[in-house]
Amino acid sequence: MKPRKPSFVWRPRTLDEGAMSILIDENTRVVCQGITGQAGAFHTRQCLDYGTKVVAGVSPGKAGMRVEGVPVFDAVADAVDATGANASMIFVPAPFAADAVLEAHASGLRLIACITEGIPTLDMIKVKRALRSTPAVLIGPNCPGVISPGKCKIGIMPGYIHSPGTVAVISRSGTLTYEVVHQLTRLGIGQSTCIGIGGDTVVGSAFVDLLPRFEDDSGTTAIALIGEIGGRAEQDAASFIRAHVSKPVVAFVSGKTAPRGKRMGHAGAIISGGGGTAAEKIEAFRQAGVTVAESPADVGETVAAVIGSGRR
Amino acid sequence: MNLHEYQAKAVFRSYGVGVPRGGVAGTPDEARDVARSLGGEVWAVKAQIHAGGRGKGGGIRLARSPDEVFRHAASMLGAPLVTHQTGVAGQIVRKLLVERGCEIEREHYLGVAIDRSTDQTVMLASREGGVEIEEVAKRSPEKILTEQIDPVCGLMPFQTRRIAFGLDMRGERALKRAADFMSALHRVFMELDCSIAEINPLVLTKNGELLALDAKLALDDSALYRHPDLAAMLDPEEEDPTEREAKESSLSYVSLDGNIGCMVNGAGLAMATMDIIKLHGGEPANFLDVGGGANTEQVKSAFKILLRDDKVRAVLINIFGGIMKCDTIAKGILGALEEVRFKAPLVARLEGTNVEIGREILARSGVGIVTAADMREAAQTVVRLAAANSR
Repeated sequence: MKPRKPSFVWRPRTLDEGAMSILIDENTRVVCQGITGQAGAFHTRQCLDYGTKVVAGVSPGKAGMRVEGVPVFDAVADAVDATGANASMIFVPAPFAADAVLEAHASGLRLIACITEGIPTLDMIKVKRALRSTPAVLIGPNCPGVISPGKCKIGIMPGYIHSPGTVAVISRSGTLTYEVVHQLTRLGIGQSTCIGIGGDTVVGSAFVDLLPRFEDDSGTTAIALIGEIGGRAEQDAASFIRAHVSKPVVAFVSGKTAPRGKRMGHAGAIISGGGGTAAEKIEAFRQAGVTVAESPADVGETVAAVIGSGRR
Repeated sequence: MNLHEYQAKAVFRSYGVGVPRGGVAGTPDEARDVARSLGGEVWAVKAQIHAGGRGKGGGIRLARSPDEVFRHAASMLGAPLVTHQTGVAGQIVRKLLVERGCEIEREHYLGVAIDRSTDQTVMLASREGGVEIEEVAKRSPEKILTEQIDPVCGLMPFQTRRIAFGLDMRGERALKRAADFMSALHRVFMELDCSIAEINPLVLTKNGELLALDAKLALDDSALYRHPDLAAMLDPEEEDPTEREAKESSLSYVSLDGNIGCMVNGAGLAMATMDIIKLHGGEPANFLDVGGGANTEQVKSAFKILLRDDKVRAVLINIFGGIMKCDTIAKGILGALEEVRFKAPLVARLEGTNVEIGREILARSGVGIVTAADMREAAQTVVRLAAANSR
């Protein structure tokens, strides 16, 4: 009954040490759940073109088909047996997405990126409970996915804006992440791994679940973190950074000028400590020694300045 | 999606969450009839709008006779009610809930919500009810009782007892009553996919009954497909008509007070675009988030909504294509401009999937769209053009 605390005890397996990215690399073998749908097929093609090893698709009842040359199976377990897939990319429609995540987990997959938007919150609460204390990492839902430039792209982000390098990008947003990555690439700053964790109330991995991996990753030298108003994920990230992250971190928080919407009830605000404003999050980051970019157009330059001076 | 108080109370009643006896009225005559059929000596006449702060705004009135109920109803129905959550124009009152008064012993607060930091549901309670609970939480957080609810076990009896003790409810009967009430409220939350279920005040009557004197239920929009009966309770009058029209095209639209119309894809980029416009001295008139899945037709109809806003003196289009393709946006924009006469300057910043095709379509069209290389240039340009066009 005790609330789950984010786990800070993660340590990379020996195999991962020295790898220039987290979660995925050029050897990652991807199964696409929902490959026969429009989005699943389109982005399977995009990922293949980027160089991702999309080795299988799953669509119950459609085993034997091929989509973009990729063999389709009835079950994730069949796909894993036949192709050695070890990561999943999910485009299954929202009403069936929680089931898809749990099937991927039950089939032994350690990385599950769920792109699907509009999954009921209570479905996600059950999924999180089921994944608790397991080695599975769920990214999303309602997110762009994860990419290690030049090696593997699992998700819907446009590949061409990325370039290989050593700056990690982690964000609650989709398109704003692209904006930041694009700025970095134009300044000649490459990325180690970029992750969109998703903007829903309940997400598979929060900032604090992934920051330890970036801290431990020898291929990452600095971190750009993109937050937004609402919740406490940024404040939790700031506390973690202050205690455990030695690498320089640059942050931007969007929604500084967002009007307060009409709300009904206050229960949500109470449990977030009455806060969730941009000012509060920015202050938490500053207290933690994080450099905060004022304008969304300045994130790339702020990273450049921080890397250049080596300060945090 | 938010429910009206009378709808929430009907849901509560069907789950065994105690509520006062009452009925809905759309005319003063109906209000008087409801009061008569309820019987009693005192009645509450409550405006049914989707906003808090009704009490202070005069939206909740007491009456001591059915004729007084009639008079209150006559002055409330059809008139705007202004509260701190409605904006200055207020919200027109179309329905009233008339309830039989009860003798109150104590007022508390009880709610269920989702705790984003633990990814669980949480039951919240406070001895101080009927007041701004957010203020209580800020001033003296120790007065808020919290029970984290495991999704597998559900709300356990010991948890309901802990809350009951915290609310000074002792003795076998009082504990059983409190446990039943809380379990029923939690069942409403879980079975109907709520995002908030809040009772403020929860009253203990002089007869020892627990009643939800007020009821707020917000439903998870993503789960409405599982609850068609609840989805049918949507009150379209409570929504901004333009925002509703955009929603029908599966897009989201927010109306604001400035003079720059904005079309963006993605909520994070939309908020960042608003931030940068203000940083450079401008004010957005509205925001249209075309999201990821819209087709050309949807973009077109949405862009027409944006252009129709009289306040707009210049338009900024800031698109970073991912799922959304830039050529889809470009075709939608041109389609809308063919059908709507629009003279104000347009600034476009396109990047991402199919950007070359999108830029090409705009350049060839000859509609004179100013292109910007990046976000800063786009924001500076549109702020300057909007100011020049306002003189």
